[in-house]
This record gives sequence, C-alpha cells and structure tokens, in this order.
Amino acid sequence: MSKPAQRTLPRLAAGAALACLVILWVIPTLGLLVSSVRDKDALAQSGWWTAMSDSTQTVFERTEHPDTQIETEQGWVLEGRLEIGATGYDILRFGGSQREPAAGAVGETVTLKNGNQLTVNADGSYRFVSPEKPWKGSRGKRIFFSYAQPPEFTLENYQEVLTKGRLGQAFINTLTVTIPATVIPVLMAAFAAYAFSWMPFRGRDWLFAGVIGLLVVPLQTSLVPLLRLYSDVGNFFGFEAKGYVGVWMAHTGFGLPLAIYLMRNYMKSLPKDLIECARVDGASHFEVFVKIVLPLSVPALASFTIFQFLWVWNDLLVALVFLGQAEDQIVLTAQLRALLGTRGSNWEILTSGAFITIILPLIVFFSLQRFFVRGLVAGSVK
Amino acid sequence: MSEHITSAIIAIAIGVFGILAYFWISNALLDGFIGRSKRANKEVLREQIRPWLFVGPALFFLFLYLVYPVFETLWLSFKDENSSQFVGFDNYLWLFKDPEFHTTLRNNVLWLLVVPTLSTLFGLVIAVLADRSRWGTLAKSLIFMPMAISFVGASVIWKFVYHYNGEGDVQIGILNALMVALGAEPQFWLSVPFWNNLLLMIILVWIQTGFAMVILGAALRGVPEETIEAAIIDGANELQIFFKITIPQIMPTVVVVWTTIAILVLKVFDIVLAMTNGQWETQVLANLMYDWMFRGAGDFGRGSAIAIVLMLSVVPIMIWNIRRFRQEELGR
Repeated sequence: MSKPAQRTLPRLAAGAALACLVILWVIPTLGLLVSSVRDKDALAQSGWWTAMSDSTQTVFERTEHPDTQIETEQGWVLEGRLEIGATGYDILRFGGSQREPAAGAVGETVTLKNGNQLTVNADGSYRFVSPEKPWKGSRGKRIFFSYAQPPEFTLENYQEVLTKGRLGQAFINTLTVTIPATVIPVLMAAFAAYAFSWMPFRGRDWLFAGVIGLLVVPLQTSLVPLLRLYSDVGNFFGFEAKGYVGVWMAHTGFGLPLAIYLMRNYMKSLPKDLIECARVDGASHFEVFVKIVLPLSVPALASFTIFQFLWVWNDLLVALVFLGQAEDQIVLTAQLRALLGTRGSNWEILTSGAFITIILPLIVFFSLQRFFVRGLVAGSVK
Repeated sequence: MSEHITSAIIAIAIGVFGILAYFWISNALLDGFIGRSKRANKEVLREQIRPWLFVGPALFFLFLYLVYPVFETLWLSFKDENSSQFVGFDNYLWLFKDPEFHTTLRNNVLWLLVVPTLSTLFGLVIAVLADRSRWGTLAKSLIFMPMAISFVGASVIWKFVYHYNGEGDVQIGILNALMVALGAEPQFWLSVPFWNNLLLMIILVWIQTGFAMVILGAALRGVPEETIEAAIIDGANELQIFFKITIPQIMPTVVVVWTTIAILVLKVFDIVLAMTNGQWETQVLANLMYDWMFRGAGDFGRGSAIAIVLMLSVVPIMIWNIRRFRQEELGR
C-alpha cells in the first residue's frame, strides 16, 4: 500500500497498543497460575506479582540450653548458631524480644533491656553475653529474627484441592457428563443436517426455519417444565430424577440447534453432483451419508465437537439443575462454585482448583484452535 | 474411585453406542422390510420414510427440550408456586411491583448496552492491530484464550483480582494493590452498588472480546482489495479508508457479532451467581429466575414468569434471524 517509511510510526504505535491490550488480558490468568503454585502462607501475605522476589519472614529460635554458658572476661557467654542460618538463608535483622524483633541489623551488637548483649551474624551464628551474672532460664533464650526467604513453589495446593477439595472425583464426573453429551448431539445433528440439505421431504424448509428460531431460545425457559417432567418420570418408574442420562439428554436438546445449523450449512456447500451421481449409481441415502458426506464433513464435525465439548465442560446451570450435588455427581464447575462459598478466602485452594477446572479446555482449545475458529466463523459470518 | 471410573466408562459406552445403534438398526430395518427391489413404488416409499429416520431423533429432542417447555413455562407462569392453582396475571403483577425486579431489569439493560458494545469495540481494535503486527497470531491466541475458560473459572480469576483485605493489611488483589500504590483507599469493590455491575461486566467482556475479534478479523480479510486500492489512488489516508471503506463493508458482521453477544448477555447467570449471587444490587434475570425456582420450597409460578420475560426479550432477534434465513434461501 503506502511507502514503508510512512508506515513505520503507526506500526510501532499499533504494536505498543496491542502489547498493552495483551498484557491486560493475560494478567488475571497469570495471577491465578502463579498463585496456585505458591506456598499458601506466602500467598496470603504478599501479592502474587512479588512471587519471584524474596519474601521476609519473621520467626524466633531458642539458643542453646543456659547450662552451656561459659564464664569469660566479659561475662557469661552463650554461643551457637541459628538453624535457619545453618540451612543457608540470610538473616536480616534480629532482636531479643517479641516487641522488638528487628532491633539490630546483622553483625551489630544490641543491648537488651536488662543490660545483656546479643550479636547475630548473617550466617546465623550468635553470641549472647550476660555481663553481671549467669542468664537464668529453664530453656534457651529466644532470639527473634527476620530472614529473606527465596521464592518457593509447591504443588501441595493441587494435592490438597484434588483430595480434600474433592476436585479429583468431580473431574471424573465432568468427563462422564461431557463425553456422551458431546458425541450424541454431534451424531444426531449430522444425520439431521444431511436430511435437511439433501433429502427432499415435506415441510423441510419450515422445520429448518424452526431450528434457526430455536438457536436463540434461552434454556431458562426449559428448566421448570423439564424439572417437573424428570421428577414425574422418575416417580413413575421409580428411579432417581437426577442423573447422568437426564443431563446427557438435556445437553443434547440444548446443543442441537447450533449443531444442525452449522453442519447443514457445511453439507449444503458440498458439490451437488457428487451426491446425485452416487444416488444414480443406486446408493441409498444412508450409504451416501456414511460413505461420502460424513468423511467430507469432518471439519464441520470437528468444529462443533469442540464447541459442544467446551460448552458442556464449562456449563454450570444445567449441571446444577439436573444433577445431584453430592460427591458422586457434582461436576467441576459446581464444586468450584461450592468452594468459592465455603473456602472464600483460601486462595491457594481456589486458584489451584480453578486451574484444574480450566486445564483440559485450554489444552483442547490450543491444540484445535484452527477448527474452533473455523466453526465460529461459519456460524456467524454471512 | 476405580469403581466409579468403571461405571463412568460403561455409562459413556451405553450413551454413545445407543445412538449409533439406533441409526444403523432403523435404516437396516427400513431396507429389510420394504425390500431392496428396484420396483419404483417401493423405492419411492422407502425414500419417503428415510428422511424421518434421519431427522426423527433430532426433532424429538428439539421438541421435548426446547419447544414444548416454552409453552409449558408460559402456562405455569399463570399458576401458583406449586403449579396447582390458576392465578391469572398475579405472578406478573407481583413481578412488576417488586423492587428487586426493577433493579434486575436496570442491570440487564446495562449489561445489554455495555458488554456487546465493549466486546465488539475491543474485538475490532485488536483484529485491526493484530493484522499489522508480526506477532499478531500469538496476540490473537492470548486474547482468544478466555473463550475456553468457564464462567465460574473466570469468576475465580477475577474475584482474586478484586480481592479486598482490611485496611492496613497487605492487599493481595491486584486492583486494590494498585489503588494503594496510587495513594487511594482500598475498597471492597463487589459491594459498591452500581459500579460493582461494571466489574462483573468486565469479566464477560474479557471472555467475549476473543469471539468478536475472530469473527471481525475474518470479515476484515474479506474486504475486497480493489476497494481499498481505489481509495488509496484517490488519495485517502488510512483513517479515512478504515472509517469510510472498511467499516461500512463489515457493518453486517458487526451487527451479527453484537446480537450474538447480546443473546449470551441476556442469559448471563454463572458470573453473577459465583461473584455476588445478586447481592449489592447486582441481580440479573437469569439468576433471579434460578433463585425463585429453588428459593424456599421453590416458586415455579414466579420462576416461570421471569423465564417468560427473558424469552420475550429474545423474540425480536429470533424473528429477525428467521427472516434473514428465508431471504438468503430465496437468493440461492
């Protein structure tokens, strides 16, 4: 188009604007991911964006037993090394009482309120001097100190949320809901879409116009009647009204309009000669469908399969209404929502839990993004 | 655990093979019963029945799960909470006097104005920017990613962003940390009426922008080169080309994107349930409906009335869709 030199500046500005937007979009998810692998105390005490820098922890340790005091010219001396210093962490500040846990920097000598003197070095070695008389106590003297803890990452949160948070079981339940609730509507819609595009029958166009109308019907209008219907049928035949079969059927019903619409558009675009030739050769519609149209429609099938998979996996409403909320049937989204209620401030549980619920859709999404995009575009651009 | 996995696998197999079996067996039966003779009348009969074997299951499910319930819900909305007595328009009269419903309507209108518009706008801007960038594909992938995340998962992500610790404590939510860094007071954001609605809307904009970006990106690529080249020859600058040549050509797609997101917005439920459950004046229709369906012993009359309000709000879009389809079919 225009000369490259003229476009350099706009291009730079465009790049910067795009970078800002991408950062804005990614930050929330990044926060979740980083937090889910942080130590839970660190998570509660500092922002996730500080996760890569050292955090300051303040603790105390006791000196050696008072019996080990040695009398010297300066007084009675108690020497030793703090365990945390010995494990390699740098000690920053120290003090002799809970009120003043940071009275001195490492290497300094601090005079405590009863005249005793305390020195702590960065490596954790300490020297406690009691000038007048031996220091008395049944246990060692407490030394308060702060040290720099390097960032620590752990998978403990995941372990906890999978077992105690019951997300492991919910993961399997979700798979049990999702696989049939994806495969059944895909198959059903493929047959129907073929009939709508290539088989002449009475009322075909009216029925298909009806399917398009159903595309936008909110599933909220279906909930009350279906809930009643399910419990009536359950009572009549004597089984539990809430269960997997009911949920599969519900997702099938709710997913069908889009499935039929997408696949019919695709199948209609296949070359007419192909189907007519096969028909003239004596193949029945069933054979034409299975042997010719179905293999050619794989891209459309893939698009809708990903669609439906994501929709069912991420659904909360249908699962809340048609499934039991006990351990044997609760799905990931419902369990995560329950955790939001009961463990609302335990972010180590919530962040790792949320990550478990989104990991499979993300994998599917990134590996099959091409098909997904194609389906989206086919579904709306005219 | 392993027992559960086994039963899950069996359940999955039954569901999947059941449907396959139906199509195979019903077609085999049709071929078997009406004979594979070439006699014309049999052939005609067979091919008159077969379409219904193909569309039958789909039509059955569509009818049972979407068509019949609309009428049943309408009927139930004129009955009391147990659906035992006919109460006329009582549920609707109550609804229109209920202050919570007024807030709910206001919120739904807000959602409807803000979310589709912002998503479409951001989507368009990003699609245009990404087309000019060397790492545009990566950028688009990252912006698109939230589409794969459930609304509940997104709610957790954003609740963490909005998290509030008492004043003086370290703020671990990034929004409040920013406020503190800028010298402002941290806030319990979700409880600030009116503005909290916007905070919930941001979540859906975050999710839906990727959708708008993809669709509008495809439309942008479909704009004929010649029209742009002609404009360049006529001396138009880039902004003029964008607003006078590109935008008018992709306008139909912009409308489709806007309405698609609008339909989704009308039904928004999970985000509000997970973030506030309608507290602090953030209620929306879908959540209010769910709430009444199960509140106390459940009030099916009021729940149904709210569902009908929701249904009526999508009817215009439904009619528009069908008309558009019929025009296209005529044009084929």
